[in-house]
Amino acid sequence: MRSFRRSRARRAEERFPDAPLDGPLLDVNEIRTYFKTERGLVRAVDGVSLTLERGKTLGVVGESGSGKSVLSRSIMGLLPSNVERRGSIRFEGREIGSADTETMRQYWGTQMSMVFQDPMTSLNPVMRVGNQITESLKYHLDVSSDYADETALALLTSVGIPEAERRMREYPHQLSGGMRQRVMIAIALACGPKLLFADEPTTALDVTVQAQILELLQAQQRERFMAVVLVTHDLGVVAGRADDTAVMYAGQIVEHARTRELFTHTSHPYTEALLKSIPKLAQPSHTRLEAISGRPPDLVNPPAGCKFAARCPYAQPRCLESEPPLDDTARPGHAFRCFFPVGTDAGRDALERNLTAGVTASGMRVGREGGQIATGSAVGV
Amino acid sequence: MLEQSPSPAVAPAGPPPATPVADAPKEKFVRPRSQRIGIGGWLAVVWLAIVLVSAVVIPMVIKDAAIPGAVSGQGILKVSGHPLGGDNAGNDMILQLAKGARSSLLVGLGAVLIGLFIGGSLGLIAGYFRGRIDTALSSFFNILLAIPQFVLAVALVSALANDSIGNNGIPVVVSAHRRLFVLIFALGIVAIPILARITRANTLQWAQREFVLAARAQGAKNRRIMVREVLPNVMPAMFSIALLGIAVAMVAEGGLSILGVGVHLPNVSWGSLISAGYPFLSTQPYLVFEPIVCLFLTVLSLNYLGDVVRARFDVRESAL
Repeated sequence: MRSFRRSRARRAEERFPDAPLDGPLLDVNEIRTYFKTERGLVRAVDGVSLTLERGKTLGVVGESGSGKSVLSRSIMGLLPSNVERRGSIRFEGREIGSADTETMRQYWGTQMSMVFQDPMTSLNPVMRVGNQITESLKYHLDVSSDYADETALALLTSVGIPEAERRMREYPHQLSGGMRQRVMIAIALACGPKLLFADEPTTALDVTVQAQILELLQAQQRERFMAVVLVTHDLGVVAGRADDTAVMYAGQIVEHARTRELFTHTSHPYTEALLKSIPKLAQPSHTRLEAISGRPPDLVNPPAGCKFAARCPYAQPRCLESEPPLDDTARPGHAFRCFFPVGTDAGRDALERNLTAGVTASGMRVGREGGQIATGSAVGV
Repeated sequence: MLEQSPSPAVAPAGPPPATPVADAPKEKFVRPRSQRIGIGGWLAVVWLAIVLVSAVVIPMVIKDAAIPGAVSGQGILKVSGHPLGGDNAGNDMILQLAKGARSSLLVGLGAVLIGLFIGGSLGLIAGYFRGRIDTALSSFFNILLAIPQFVLAVALVSALANDSIGNNGIPVVVSAHRRLFVLIFALGIVAIPILARITRANTLQWAQREFVLAARAQGAKNRRIMVREVLPNVMPAMFSIALLGIAVAMVAEGGLSILGVGVHLPNVSWGSLISAGYPFLSTQPYLVFEPIVCLFLTVLSLNYLGDVVRARFDVRESAL
């Protein structure tokens, strides 16, 4: 048994000889993830390309159903069986886009790992916290129980859990939500992954704890020189933390740039709408929140043109006919899918035309209300 | 910076958790009423303990308990030193009941253990992998369930462990052990689909939980996830059904005894005692009533404990 485990550990080393340190850690090219359902194929991720360097953070932002969670699970290969995944995923230069579960298992935990949204359900309720951490340590790194226990203790302390020694022996229900998420992070970091997917790590948490968890993630990332894909619906989470940000809508990336560039030169109307929907302290009280009216499109029969046209105050007839490509010729390094980008003359003209007509090309009502643009049902209230 | 008390939004709704202050005395955890074992539960435990201890100890201590001068057909309930009386062969009823408890418990436990191992593993596999494996296994369970358990048991015992007349005309008496094993096997087959379905249903539910996905994301293999992550969560449901199953198997063995295919002499079970005492119901009713009371109390205790176990480990009722 012992020798068998040793040989397994050796095999793992052979599989991952020191990878080239140049080149991106993760290179995803035109990945498509379709769910086979009774209604037809649901195009949850529809042609997403991105690259991620070692130690960097990529923020993936979008509302519910935009495909951001499915994207991270697609890259990791953690998908249910009724799924069709196409496209190329290169991790450290190795193609894993078509790898089977058996191959991917070599990557899970040691090369890439994931922190899930809800710490209430992502810990096993009947297993002691310490065991949940040592489990994968013992399995992947082939270390003794004592060593694994010490490592788990050190991990728990490093993720900021007080009295870690006592917590090790406790069950998840004895911990608060923030504590549990810290434990989840400790589990995900246990085997030293090079890439961490944080799938809405703070969504289920108390606001007061959210910042702490994000800071913890950032500190651990810096310490370990680990790349992070930070999936969130909150642009505020990404601001100041992610190096690059990709905004997703209907399974596609609609805008992708350095985070600072994205915030200062927002180009896609969807990104603009997301930004506007964040309440700001500087606004006078009782300012109406600018929600995005309407709902994301049906991913079984997506509209022909721009996916966002139905909810876009800038929408022109052209938007309904053809789909704008993801293009960064206008501003190098800043890609977006829009014919009438925000902040350009074309965009301003398009909006002005729609405001004058009171309706966009897709038939959504649009008008001015106070200093704001009001859309959909909000118009004329 | 570190949260010193559970944040209100995520605090469990049930009993207030102890505040994580180092020297604070550990707050006493009060279980909700529905989760306590209660007087009934303790009575059940005590009764089962008595049965278990007597089944093991009494036949070892009392080797020869023949009542001198016992004559068939005479009530010998009040014989000093034999408070429960004796049967028509002059055996002390206490010893007979203890022997009966041995067989009955063996049959019940054995059948359920077979069901737990085979049914449990198959149910776990079906519920975890789903898809075609699940369809195939579920149909298998349904086929097993469709076979009438009594007919199956009678058929198996008759075919595999029945007294017969050999080729040379000499009666061949089957060994009591062989009969016991075949009985356990026959009732075990009946227990398999029941436990398998319970395990499958619970596995379906637990395998969807995020911590299973989290374990996968840590590189755990399917077998490991099934055994370490899913099984401990499914176990309480399996156990509560298994306790009921023991009771059901004991009653079924009693029924088979009355049909003449229960345990074989020199083994006796409560069922075979009832069956043996039945002709003397009018003159010596205690021959029937004593094993019936034993069986009744044991079945009641097992059923009650099954409920207690279910309530105690039910996550919904534990308000976590």
